Amino acid sequence: MYFDHAATTPMHPDVLQAMTPYMLEQFGNPSSVHAFGRSGRAAIDASRRTIASELEAKPNEIIFTAGGTESDNYAILGAAMKYQTQGRHVITTRFEHHAVLHAFEELEKRGFDVTYLEVPETGVVTVEALAAALRPDTILVSVMTGNNEVGTLQPIAEMGRLLRKRKILFHTDAVQVFGKMKLDVEACNIDLLSASSHKINGPKGVGMLYVRTGVQLAAQSYGGEQERKRRAGTENVAGIVGFAKAVELNVVERDTRKKQTEDLRRLLLERLDAASISYELNGVQGLPHIVNLYFPRVEIEPFLIMLDMRGIAVSSGSACTAGSIEPSHVLSAMYGENDRTRQSVRISFGRGNDVGQVELLAQGLIDVVKSFQNK
Amino acid sequence: MNTRAKAPSETTVVVGMSGGVDSSVTAHLLKEQGYNVIGIFMKNWDDTDEDGFCTATEDYEDVIAVANQIGIPYYAVNFEKEYWDKVFTYFLNEYKLGRTPNPDVMCNKEIKFKAFLDHAMRLGADFVATGHYARAVYEDGEHKLLRGVDTNKDQTYFLNQLSQDQIAKAMFPIGHMEKSEVRKIAEEANLATAKKKDSTGICFIGERNFKQFLSQYLPAQPGEMRTLDGKVMGRHDGLMYYTMGQRHGLGIGGDGEPWFVVGKNLADNVLFVEQGFHNELLYSEGLYASDISWTAPLKVGDTFRCTAKFRYRQEDSGVTVRLLENGRLDVAFDERQRAITPGQAVVFYDGDVCLGGATIDEAYKAGERLTYLA
Repeated sequence: MYFDHAATTPMHPDVLQAMTPYMLEQFGNPSSVHAFGRSGRAAIDASRRTIASELEAKPNEIIFTAGGTESDNYAILGAAMKYQTQGRHVITTRFEHHAVLHAFEELEKRGFDVTYLEVPETGVVTVEALAAALRPDTILVSVMTGNNEVGTLQPIAEMGRLLRKRKILFHTDAVQVFGKMKLDVEACNIDLLSASSHKINGPKGVGMLYVRTGVQLAAQSYGGEQERKRRAGTENVAGIVGFAKAVELNVVERDTRKKQTEDLRRLLLERLDAASISYELNGVQGLPHIVNLYFPRVEIEPFLIMLDMRGIAVSSGSACTAGSIEPSHVLSAMYGENDRTRQSVRISFGRGNDVGQVELLAQGLIDVVKSFQNK
Repeated sequence: MNTRAKAPSETTVVVGMSGGVDSSVTAHLLKEQGYNVIGIFMKNWDDTDEDGFCTATEDYEDVIAVANQIGIPYYAVNFEKEYWDKVFTYFLNEYKLGRTPNPDVMCNKEIKFKAFLDHAMRLGADFVATGHYARAVYEDGEHKLLRGVDTNKDQTYFLNQLSQDQIAKAMFPIGHMEKSEVRKIAEEANLATAKKKDSTGICFIGERNFKQFLSQYLPAQPGEMRTLDGKVMGRHDGLMYYTMGQRHGLGIGGDGEPWFVVGKNLADNVLFVEQGFHNELLYSEGLYASDISWTAPLKVGDTFRCTAKFRYRQEDSGVTVRLLENGRLDVAFDERQRAITPGQAVVFYDGDVCLGGATIDEAYKAGERLTYLA
């Protein structure tokens, strides 16, 4: 039973079907001057229109990439390097995804001054905190749309308004939100937005970066002239087609799925409340598909293994290179360094989860948590 | 092993996988025998350097490769805190006392067959298995630890502190094999670790310079090197860097026979040295030991005969053992022994059976305690 949809998702069968022709028959290189090439190019352009329309953006503002990490890196490093003559102060938050945090650490090494906004226990960074950190030499702010571990939504519309007034570039990592909720880059005054395909039942290895017209990025890789010279390398045609198909399907299904997900979430919490175990929610309610729970006295490594042995897939923090679980930087940012960061799990719902599975999940969690708490 | 009433397919075995060939073959053999096998990598030490490189990463990569080849689930579990508290703290304390600790013995006692064993039991395991060259059998109502069949590789010396309960839950699937056979099985099964070099040295120090490593944790206090008559022969770098019978690193030149460490005086920070490999001062007739682990109950005053090893890979020697009223063991040697080293283990055998062991505190000769450590 898979409850780790914030990590990745199964592909929707319709997505696979949409992709297949672009691997078997219409395999041409979109840059080629022949019929094979043209059919690939047409597919990319159609996909670009689909995605632009979801964001209320123009098609030429969408750059396809290899995924969320590349998009984040490109946006942050590309913008900072391009505009560094106007200032060398940049801002982000302490609980961003590592694709963002490590890009900012790289900027620090390159001599930029980085402010990391503190994150309160709610898991929501306020506009006031952002406003207080702004300086005359601030050139770029990056705040995620929704957090990948606790699911909390950030006030990006208000932040966008403030930053537009101050003429500061605004990037948001929307990987956990894009496709699941309508995002409007115009209304939110967003300049740069990262998204990924595999979080929304699309294929892995493809993502996109929205770049507002007029915003320039310093190149981060060098090669051919694809994507209007903004992203070198032969396009992942099938992947891009699959990504767009996944967006279409999400748009059609999202209201129903949001309601279903909220019901599953409520059911899980009801079952946990009814059992004699102690737990707390981490962060305030945000994205319905992500629930992060703190179970006092649970040791996370045996806990995850015991759930895995019961066929239940959930996650916690991130694994270090030698495999062991490191305390979550997201929870550390919210709650400080304490047991909570090592005794919490993330459950994330998605396509395929139903009431029966959630009943088994609840029972599994209760049994295993009891084995620690009733010791 | 005859307590293993359940069929292999209903028996869960958690294998401690280090990324080496021995534990790889251990997991492979158990899987072939039909057990429900789970591989766990113990992360006991964080040796990440400034470049973010840590040997644990490479070893875990090998665990992943082998586990996927065999077709078993694998996990990594962090025992850094337990290792620090139980093994490394002991290790440093022993050096502070001028002794020569054996962290492998402590690691087996406190980590592999305690923290790790408890972890495995909590997961619902029936047994834990490791790639040690030793055998665990159930005979005459007792769980016995037997020497590995490969006498050159036998690791019971390091397992001497295991209790009956610990042995009862242990499986050593390669204990009845020669190392060459283990390598052959790994090669035939094409395991990713088949040609991997055996690890050497203490796990947390690895290939690094031992002196430099130790100096990060314990302040080195250089002092005088003297003969027992008081003649100053030079300077030492810190008593902790020297062990009984050591020849290298003394830096005493001149004519005649080479010089050896024959004792330490902690209070005055003096290292005693004398000439000749067979120097009389290096020889003793018996030893006192504590931290006794015995598979059968011992009674105060009882004496019995068996064989013993005073260091790893040594030939056994005949001894007479007596439990003293102060809880220590008096081990009298049939033949004089050279360079008995406080802090190391003395391990006892009856034929192939490892009876248990203890930690050497001091040696004696002609009824007098030796000034190894004063």
